[in-house]
Amino acid sequence: MLFLTAASPFDVSIPDAFLLSLVGFSVVFLALMALIGVIKLINAVTGGNKQNQPQAPVLAAPAAGNAPAAPVPVAGKGSMVPAVGSEGDIDLYTVEDQTAALLMAIVADDLKAPLNTLRFISIREVK
Amino acid sequence: MNIGEIIRTLWNTSGFNQIFTHWENAVMIVIACVLLYLAIVRGFEPLLLMGIAFGMLLANLPMSGMMHMEFFSGKSLSEISFSQILHEGGILDVLYLGVKLNLYPCLIFMGIGAMTDFGPMLARPSSMILGAAAQLGVYCAFILAIVFGFGGHEAASIGIIGGADGPTAIFLTSFLAPHLLGPIAVAAYSYMALIPLIQPPIMKALTTKKERETVMTQAKPVNKTTKIIFPIAVTVFCVLLLPDVAPLIGCFMLGNLFRESGVVDRLSDTAQNNLLNIVTIFLSVTVGATSVGYIAGTDKATGEVINVGFLSTSTILIILLGLLAFSFSTAGGVIFGKLMYAVTGGKVNPLIGSAGVSAVPMAARVSQNVGAKYNPSNYLLMHAMGPNVAGVIGSAVAAGFLLSVGRVLGWI
Repeated sequence: MLFLTAASPFDVSIPDAFLLSLVGFSVVFLALMALIGVIKLINAVTGGNKQNQPQAPVLAAPAAGNAPAAPVPVAGKGSMVPAVGSEGDIDLYTVEDQTAALLMAIVADDLKAPLNTLRFISIREVK
Repeated sequence: MNIGEIIRTLWNTSGFNQIFTHWENAVMIVIACVLLYLAIVRGFEPLLLMGIAFGMLLANLPMSGMMHMEFFSGKSLSEISFSQILHEGGILDVLYLGVKLNLYPCLIFMGIGAMTDFGPMLARPSSMILGAAAQLGVYCAFILAIVFGFGGHEAASIGIIGGADGPTAIFLTSFLAPHLLGPIAVAAYSYMALIPLIQPPIMKALTTKKERETVMTQAKPVNKTTKIIFPIAVTVFCVLLLPDVAPLIGCFMLGNLFRESGVVDRLSDTAQNNLLNIVTIFLSVTVGATSVGYIAGTDKATGEVINVGFLSTSTILIILLGLLAFSFSTAGGVIFGKLMYAVTGGKVNPLIGSAGVSAVPMAARVSQNVGAKYNPSNYLLMHAMGPNVAGVIGSAVAAGFLLSVGRVLGWI
């Protein structure tokens, strides 16, 4: 032995180590796959998640040059329905995408609220 | 009055006289100062690293009397003299009992549970597979540690570094290999701080540009009832499967139930703020204080007096194996992410696989940052949070398995 451990029950041969690892990795997989089943069962009982919405990015992909991002049409704009994930659109006036993203992150951090629970309608630079 | 005698006595009893008696302690003081620099100036995980570094500094200053590793070193819980610690120990000795008794890891898990939103994972249950796959490093490091000559109990404790979960690593090591607690905790927390440096090269090496640019569809909303039932169901299932992991999973899910139930906001707030902060102070300082440069020990094979402190060959190997464990875990998550990409016809971005290592939420942020680099309109953060929180459960299950093995093989 290289280290402090005395020979004895603490010794594990390399083949045994492989076997233990295989069993251990399988146990983790089986446990988490069983939990997937548990989640599906809970969802089935409680009516869990029913809809699968297409992704609507918070901001559209950066347009060429400094042009403001094109608004993404979303029916729920300005409504009281909580935003889900990155749902919704935002009107940008003389504010670049990156600046807008930064401002939204700062506001969420200041309010200590997840970004997806906030809804931003528009951002305008005040001069 | 003999002034000369007084001055001589003062010098003989001062730490300055003894600071170079064991060069290892002086080296540890330098390392502590470097870690303080990294925490304060570079901002590397300062909430943990600052406490660890300062604890390391205090414990290595000669004559400080705050920490006596000889009270704990190489002793199981039943061999520790609590009476001696309370009568003769310093403040850090007393606080360290919280580590030895596994109070701190469990209380930290309660705080983390209160901070965790399982929503993204519940919305996409398949992401749990990535949390399991990212435990690959635990077992790869376990095998490598055996190859390098560590005992089974030591190898299991080293392997759990790959779970990227500090409290779980401390929990398991306290049971199986308490003499390695210092280096394992320092390695685990240091690598967690370095995740933004460790993971991206592996993620890029294992994925194609097309895979990295994959945009994932919006996750489904999850109702409140599901979020309330989930922690209860997980507790029942996991504790029945692996009873050894009950303290960790139980505290984690209790914290989460505080949060999701919505009827004990004060408790949820306390768990995720005040309690977590207080325990983090105790844990980080005392874990740092276990990193004493020189501790006299006896080689059981030869009977010679050897250094069993932090600065030993085994520590260097543990640091190396910890890095490999993190790397293998990241690779495991990404490889299974690629598998899911293939199976789903390109609907899953493999980059979220790397978030399967626990390290909440830093690993998920890394997935987001790497994904956004290749497709700026891609927002992977919420998708990566699923495997990320699944990884916490996965590493706890892995620890429970290793504890059970330890009981069967007589390591405990």
